[in-house]
Amino acid sequence: MIAPRAALIFALFAAPLGSPAQAAAPPDAIVMGKGIDDIVSLDPAEAYELSGVEVVGNLYDRLVEVDPRDPAKIKPGLAVSWRVDGAGRTFTFTLRRDARFASGEPVTAADAAFSLQRAVRLDKAPALVLQQLGLDKDNVAKRVRAPGDDTLVVETARVMAPSLVYFCLTAPVASIVDRRNVLAHEEEGDLGNAWLAGHSAGSGPYSLRLWRPAERYVLDANPDYWGGAPANRHVFVRHIKESATQRLMLLRGDIDYARDLDKDQLDALARHPHIRIDHGVQSLVTYLALNQRNPYLRRPAVIAAIKHLVDYDGIERAILGGTRIVHQSFEPRGFLGAIDEQPFGYDLPRAKALLASTGLAEGFSVSIDVRNATPWTEVAQALQAGFAQAGIRLEIIPGDGKQVLTKYRARHHDIFLGEWGTDYPDPHSNAEAFALNEDNSDGAAKKTPAWRNAWSDPAMNARVAAAMVERDAARRAELYRALQRAHQETAPFVFMFQLVDVAAHADTVDGFVIGPGPAENRYAGIAKH
Amino acid sequence: MPASRSIDRHAGVYLRLVASVLLTLFGLLLATFLIARVVPIDPVLAVVGDRASAETYQRVRTELGLDQPIYVQFYRYVAMVLHGDFGRSVLTRNLVVEDIARFLPATVELATLATLLGVVLGIPAGVVAAARQGRWPDHLVRVLGLLGYSVPVFWLGLMSLLLFYAELGWAAGPGRLDIFLEDAVAPVTGLILIDSALAGDVAVFRSALAHLALPAGVLGYFSLAYISRMTRSFMLEQLGQEYIITARAKGLSEWRVLWRHAFGNVLVPLVTVIALSYASLLEGSVLTETVFSWPGIGSYITGSLLNIDMNAVLGGTLVVGAIFIGLNLLSDLLYRWLDPRTR
Repeated sequence: MIAPRAALIFALFAAPLGSPAQAAAPPDAIVMGKGIDDIVSLDPAEAYELSGVEVVGNLYDRLVEVDPRDPAKIKPGLAVSWRVDGAGRTFTFTLRRDARFASGEPVTAADAAFSLQRAVRLDKAPALVLQQLGLDKDNVAKRVRAPGDDTLVVETARVMAPSLVYFCLTAPVASIVDRRNVLAHEEEGDLGNAWLAGHSAGSGPYSLRLWRPAERYVLDANPDYWGGAPANRHVFVRHIKESATQRLMLLRGDIDYARDLDKDQLDALARHPHIRIDHGVQSLVTYLALNQRNPYLRRPAVIAAIKHLVDYDGIERAILGGTRIVHQSFEPRGFLGAIDEQPFGYDLPRAKALLASTGLAEGFSVSIDVRNATPWTEVAQALQAGFAQAGIRLEIIPGDGKQVLTKYRARHHDIFLGEWGTDYPDPHSNAEAFALNEDNSDGAAKKTPAWRNAWSDPAMNARVAAAMVERDAARRAELYRALQRAHQETAPFVFMFQLVDVAAHADTVDGFVIGPGPAENRYAGIAKH
Repeated sequence: MPASRSIDRHAGVYLRLVASVLLTLFGLLLATFLIARVVPIDPVLAVVGDRASAETYQRVRTELGLDQPIYVQFYRYVAMVLHGDFGRSVLTRNLVVEDIARFLPATVELATLATLLGVVLGIPAGVVAAARQGRWPDHLVRVLGLLGYSVPVFWLGLMSLLLFYAELGWAAGPGRLDIFLEDAVAPVTGLILIDSALAGDVAVFRSALAHLALPAGVLGYFSLAYISRMTRSFMLEQLGQEYIITARAKGLSEWRVLWRHAFGNVLVPLVTVIALSYASLLEGSVLTETVFSWPGIGSYITGSLLNIDMNAVLGGTLVVGAIFIGLNLLSDLLYRWLDPRTR
């Protein structure tokens, strides 16, 4: 035993003196640096955070998928074809026969039915996407059924636009899990939830080797994946919160991808000869919400004036550059029926005239609640400076994310600066959030942003309901376009920006796909050259 | 004094000590619990997110016991803790005890090495500064100390990463190990240096030491700054005493005067300074942990607090508090051992 001990003693003294120890990275392993401490669970029926749904997206398949090149289109997933009956309520999916779970079991319609039923029964946060279809604990067994090995039927509670149903089924919560494997790990009737939170049972291109909360997760490629084996064997994602740290690790080659670079870090890398930066516009929108309980913010002229007091371009250029683009309507760019018109700009004379028209030529005082984090406090300061020109004295109230959200949900704010991501890539998701509020009472069941700002417009409610059931896709898109234009004119929401997901990488590696949302970000194409 | 009375007196002292420790821990628990309940953040949000249906929200609220009066919630929690159960973390889904067992060793490893650096370099620096008061070694130690007090740890961490890791390539990067060596050694103590030494895995040991060097160096510098300043001030106080003049008059060597006579007396208060410095590194190195992606207890408690993950916050605070109290106790005992007058 002398030799190992001697080696150890040698190592003890040699380590700090020599160059740093580096374990050689396997050429087929990809390493990412990313803030992943938001992941609470990797059970598709429960994962709802940005980082969590990205992992679920790579571990599991769904019946249908969003086309990453055109998020307004659906493409086949585990289902090769689908149809809706004449009444517009019964949707039938035919499953492919060559798909297998990582366990080796074939994927059947019974697995698909179980997965959807399970998500509704577990009733975790993302279950609301399936509840949208009228599925609940009592009816889900009847409405989601598998009459054959490769046939799945989903019956909605009412007539709905087919595209809405399909888009709901592209959400991570509609991922198909291996029924036998999951039930084998069931504890106290939890439908395998405790186990699946930290394991995987999917048919996707990867399986989960491990997840250590707030530390790392490791995915192993599934070489027999029906869609073709991934271009890499393993993906290691390490929790690195600090943007500057990510940049340094990328430059040293310790990580292949840096996923959370802020404007300063992106600027620093922009001209680096061996670093490439991938961009993808995602569905998260940044907005100001004006609480209609505030007597000033309730006035239509004030709402209009504020929309002309935001220096959209200036904030994008100086504070958000590369991570957000100007976007002024509630539907994210790329979605069915989304408009890309930008009717607002910083227009001080017009804003002043609007304020004067409502007897507020001297301005007024109002507060804004904002997350105490970069870049939001800087954005709030820029807004404060712009508003001040027209006499609006903006008091910035910074707070922790959940603290600000608690206040917002209680309708105790004046102005709220926040972000909103879609639950599923259908225009109804954000239309419901920002335009629908049928019960404005304090005890309302639905606490959408429209409710949180005590804004309820019966005409708007009717338009949202009509667009939701329109079965003709072209007409439906037109309804949403009209809805957004009307919303831009009157609603107490100032849409300002849309997220640009950015991934910086060395020029020796590429292939990461940034989808329209984090659930559509894909690792399978990443390869080192 | 009869032996039985002496034993009685000692038993009384220890009983009082135990009672004061328990009371402090209970006070800590109560204060943390109340603070967490008073902050205007809804704990249900951490579990169900922002958009859950009203039914889901209510169900989780009931499951968390938040529908109960606050004294019932506190009573239930204390009852759990007395059974050794800190509950389950909302964020990690693990038992809080398991989480602490995973995150605490990372911080202990870092803080211990940092404190060792602080002691080994800070004490001699402080002694030399006092012995050469007003001359260049004193000025040097003062500048080093001032920088240590005034430079933000976050900035120093980033700058050291930029220089020693990114530019010069002398140090390993953030994290406790190279990512491909993670899980190569089964955790026994959770301290990777010790676990890899026990397993005889040289590669892991080297990687762990290389990864520790920078964060421990940064934290060690702050520890050094504090310890050297305190040592200098304690030493100056002793060097002005008459017994030192007597020692010098007797012709003792300066080395003996400094280290045997003056430092012997400085050691007593210095023990408390070192213990407190160590304790503060255990709970206060959140920023260093963030910059170096170090999965330690500071980041764990901070992350949990921001998400109102109450079981994790209370469990983490209680453990760190217990360590703090333990270190205080240890320094008291050392005090008694080092200074015969306090016995």
